Amino acid sequence: MSVRHALLALLSEGPKYGLQLRQEFEAGTGEIWPLNVGQVYTTLQRLERDGFVESDDAAGEGPQKGFRITAAGEDELVLWLRTPPDLASPPRDELVIKVLVSRLVPGVDVSEVVQAHRRYVVELMQQYTRLKEDVSEDDVGLALVVDAELFRLDGVVRWLDAADGRLKRHAAGRAETDSDADPAGPSLPLRVRRRAGTTKPTGTTGARR
Amino acid sequence: MTALELRGISRTYGSGPSEVHALVDIDLVVEPGDLVAVMGPSGSGKSTLLAIAGSLEDPTAGEVLIAGQAVATMSRNARARLRRRSIGYVFQDFNLLAGLTAVENVALPLELDGTPARAARRTGLEALEVFGLDDRAERFPDELSGGERQRVAIARAVVGDRRLLLADEPTGALDSVNGEAVMRLVRAACQRGVAGVIVTHDAQLASWADRVVFLRDGRVVDQTAPPPKPESLLASGPNR
Repeated sequence: MSVRHALLALLSEGPKYGLQLRQEFEAGTGEIWPLNVGQVYTTLQRLERDGFVESDDAAGEGPQKGFRITAAGEDELVLWLRTPPDLASPPRDELVIKVLVSRLVPGVDVSEVVQAHRRYVVELMQQYTRLKEDVSEDDVGLALVVDAELFRLDGVVRWLDAADGRLKRHAAGRAETDSDADPAGPSLPLRVRRRAGTTKPTGTTGARR
Repeated sequence: MTALELRGISRTYGSGPSEVHALVDIDLVVEPGDLVAVMGPSGSGKSTLLAIAGSLEDPTAGEVLIAGQAVATMSRNARARLRRRSIGYVFQDFNLLAGLTAVENVALPLELDGTPARAARRTGLEALEVFGLDDRAERFPDELSGGERQRVAIARAVVGDRRLLLADEPTGALDSVNGEAVMRLVRAACQRGVAGVIVTHDAQLASWADRVVFLRDGRVVDQTAPPPKPESLLASGPNR
């Protein structure tokens, strides 16, 4: 979350004091993303250093020091709003890693691991939904943040459901393959045997250059 | 009095090699005012559970009690009366009668139960008013949006003295805004003492419930703990 650009957005409405910026930031995000006052002043100093805001020098340091956005700050803000965040690189998701790793650990039921996470995420979603239920119609900022969390968590549950289904199908397919096994040797799917070099491609593929 | 109780419910279809255990030894208690979501993937037994809870289908084993009464001991007529008077059903595809207006749809279960037409209409209008739909009372279903149709279906499900609301993917055909409006109505009905059971595969829908029961391969495998107050979310921010 870019505090830097959120502060620029608040300053685009008009000059403000540091404390006021903190209060408006927290109110605008329904207090789900709290901000400490030190973070506000550090960020404002950097914005000033970069020429994106100007401060009221006459007031000196302290809560009465006012800040306003510069033309360069307005350009920076507009550019940032239209620049998509980096969604291309998959994050190293701890939950995904736990499910992947649980497949390797002897004696662990992956379905139970998946269910433990599913329950936790649904419980968290229940809390967010209660919060949404209590949000007044006018508090659009909080409603948007809560919706964002609910959709994100919903995506996690969907992935867990899909993982559960995929692992069950995989286990069932493997059991079927095992029961049909050729007593003369291990029965790997053709694609795997080709990769492992235990069989040669047949037909025209081998002759193609 | 407990609104709905399932004791050791099992349901088996077929026999021999083709035997399918749709539900296995299910226990579920729903008190008045509770909203319970039963969450599971397709084929987990959710719809069978709802049909048995609503006495639309008999279990192979176990007992269903609605408002303390054992359904199995009731006569056919008594069960039909129970379904008409005490239970409201909501389905994904609304199931409103196209030839009746919104208020006629809502009043229909009362009329079927012997309430005079004028009184049934009055009660129907009151139910629509509670759900903010009084200005849609004279519209036919095809003149209503999907969200409005489902809100009419919920008004019909809780009209009169119905104390048990059973819903199968009630927001499945709606976008998130209309789905939320429908779930707010379901919560409002529960706050007035109606007991609700919703079956769904959708976590966002399930998260409106007080309790989520997880169904897998016909068995209850887990359930959520009662959620803490939402204020805990506000105090747990990363920077505080």
